[in-house]
Amino acid sequence: MTVHQEVVGRLAQAVISLNGPGRYVHWGFIQISVANLVVIALIVVVFVAAVLVPFPRRSGGAR
Amino acid sequence: MSVPATRPGRTRRFRPDRDVEEWHGRYVPYDIVKEFTAAFLVVLLLTLGLAIVLSSPDEPPVTIKSWSQHAPLDFARTAVTELAGTSPTATYGPPYNSTPGASQSIGPLSLESIMGVHHPIDTALDDVIEPLKTLPAVPTLSAAIGQYTAASVGTEQGWTNAYGAALGHARFAGGRLITRPGNYGPVAEMIGALTMMARSGALDGALVSSKQFYGTDYTKPLLFIADGTYMASLAAAQHLQGTQWGMMNETGNFPGQSWLWLYTFWYQVPPFTTSTNADALVWAIMVVLTALLALVPFLPGVRAIPRKVRLYRLIWRQHYRSLATRVDHAV
Amino acid sequence: MTFDPDESGVGLQADLPEDADQWSARLRRTAVSALPPARLLPDRQPAYVASWIYVFGALTLAALAIVVLTGMVLAIEGPTWWHLSRDGLFVNSMHLWSVELFFFFMVIHLWGKFFMAAWRGRRRATWVTGVLAFVVSIAAAFTGYLSQQNFDSQWIATQAKDGINATGAGAYFNVLNFGQMLMWHILLLPLVVGFLVIVHVLLVRRRGVVPPFAPDPEDLVVPVGDLSVDRTVAP
Repeated sequence: MTVHQEVVGRLAQAVISLNGPGRYVHWGFIQISVANLVVIALIVVVFVAAVLVPFPRRSGGAR
Repeated sequence: MSVPATRPGRTRRFRPDRDVEEWHGRYVPYDIVKEFTAAFLVVLLLTLGLAIVLSSPDEPPVTIKSWSQHAPLDFARTAVTELAGTSPTATYGPPYNSTPGASQSIGPLSLESIMGVHHPIDTALDDVIEPLKTLPAVPTLSAAIGQYTAASVGTEQGWTNAYGAALGHARFAGGRLITRPGNYGPVAEMIGALTMMARSGALDGALVSSKQFYGTDYTKPLLFIADGTYMASLAAAQHLQGTQWGMMNETGNFPGQSWLWLYTFWYQVPPFTTSTNADALVWAIMVVLTALLALVPFLPGVRAIPRKVRLYRLIWRQHYRSLATRVDHAV
Repeated sequence: MTFDPDESGVGLQADLPEDADQWSARLRRTAVSALPPARLLPDRQPAYVASWIYVFGALTLAALAIVVLTGMVLAIEGPTWWHLSRDGLFVNSMHLWSVELFFFFMVIHLWGKFFMAAWRGRRRATWVTGVLAFVVSIAAAFTGYLSQQNFDSQWIATQAKDGINATGAGAYFNVLNFGQMLMWHILLLPLVVGFLVIVHVLLVRRRGVVPPFAPDPEDLVVPVGDLSVDRTVAP
């Protein structure tokens, strides 16, 4: 194998394998994968952070 | 306060959820090209990272061959229903065939019926008889096909009903379907041959390339596979069934399509859980809700929500603080 | 009038009254008045644009760019490549994750724009084109899932057909037809998404970022002892 093939070959194999039986959360009639739950939770967290984290002030600039 | 109208001579009342006082205040330096370049690099790095760490799923497809090898009885039972014209595909209605009462409707309106049959499928011919005819001619099989196609509908039904029932108690051993003796006519020979054809892989090719060499239309083999229970059992194990909120999910532990949450939600609640028109109803609801989302700026109650919720006070807090500061400085 | 395009194209734009009705002249006038260079590529923005929520439009656009670029690489090698090659699987992974990021950033962008009521002040078309881009993107992602040629695509196809057939669209939009779905995915839908996104971005450039809601009276509160100052008048 060339160096390129080796590098990309290692890159292509996942560090964390998400294959295999999925993990699911059941809550009443709601059934959601842990993966989707993580994504949705991240969306909420990032949205809240985007609104709350202070934005660097810019000085100067005329009208 | 009034705002200039688009036509001269008319003004209209200022509505805070529709109109805005345009900005005549301070401007600050802003590099739009640099911002997009930074965003591009950030997303590129995130994408590379996720691809390296998590990769992507690729569960191998079900083929007629793999299905009939793993679950030959399920294949044979499905094949009998295709021949008999009682399978889900055979009784589907438009766009595959004209089955009275099969179309979904909302009240008197059935768009499915109006559009009609555009992908005609005769399951007996397309899934069983025509593929068997592509095999090198064997006298017993040719005779069986001839006997079946020459028989009356009633006779055919008698044979398929009997053989279908027999398959309910059958075994698969030594590469053959083993049923107790019965009056199956030529059906046992035909289904036996079709099962062997399937297990060899030849049926996959026959169903895709039935009209031309370069097939890219998998309608027939997919409908055939979906009529069985094998693929559905694999899907259930992966939480992909409709009753499992499957539309949102991906195989394994990969995130799926969380943006489809509302679409799949309706299938989990009555009356959609039991309605035969569930698909049509859910689509209609989603079309209406999507249209409402697009039309938010025109909907008086909905477009007032941001002003009432006041989250904007956090987003623009620097601006509101600067108003007081500037006025203080002006003192 | 001499024709001398080396001098900043002056010779190409005479603006003579008798040429004012030309389609080209009219189009140029309309385009330049709607989107002069300063609006297309500004070096300033209103001071109230001071929140991290504002970067999510650019992040969404950047993610879309990566979706398209990785899609192009997949197209170079054809639809089977990623099943057979480690390079291909890696590019497919990038394509999948850039799509997840695209929707991730787009949803946050949508929430932000909703809570800012960004449709105010003749910006309703910006909102509408944004929602349309969202919906068509879902369709584009859907056809992408159908083009995977693996178990997932088989299952999605055989399930989705029922919903689509119920609307009558199944007569012409056959999710079981891989060739058709692939062509919708790599040609037709990207063009529609691209068009909507371009219109959406140009509308933002044309109208500018929506100004804040009017301040509360307390924002202009006079500090104790300074009752002589009239705060209700803008500085």
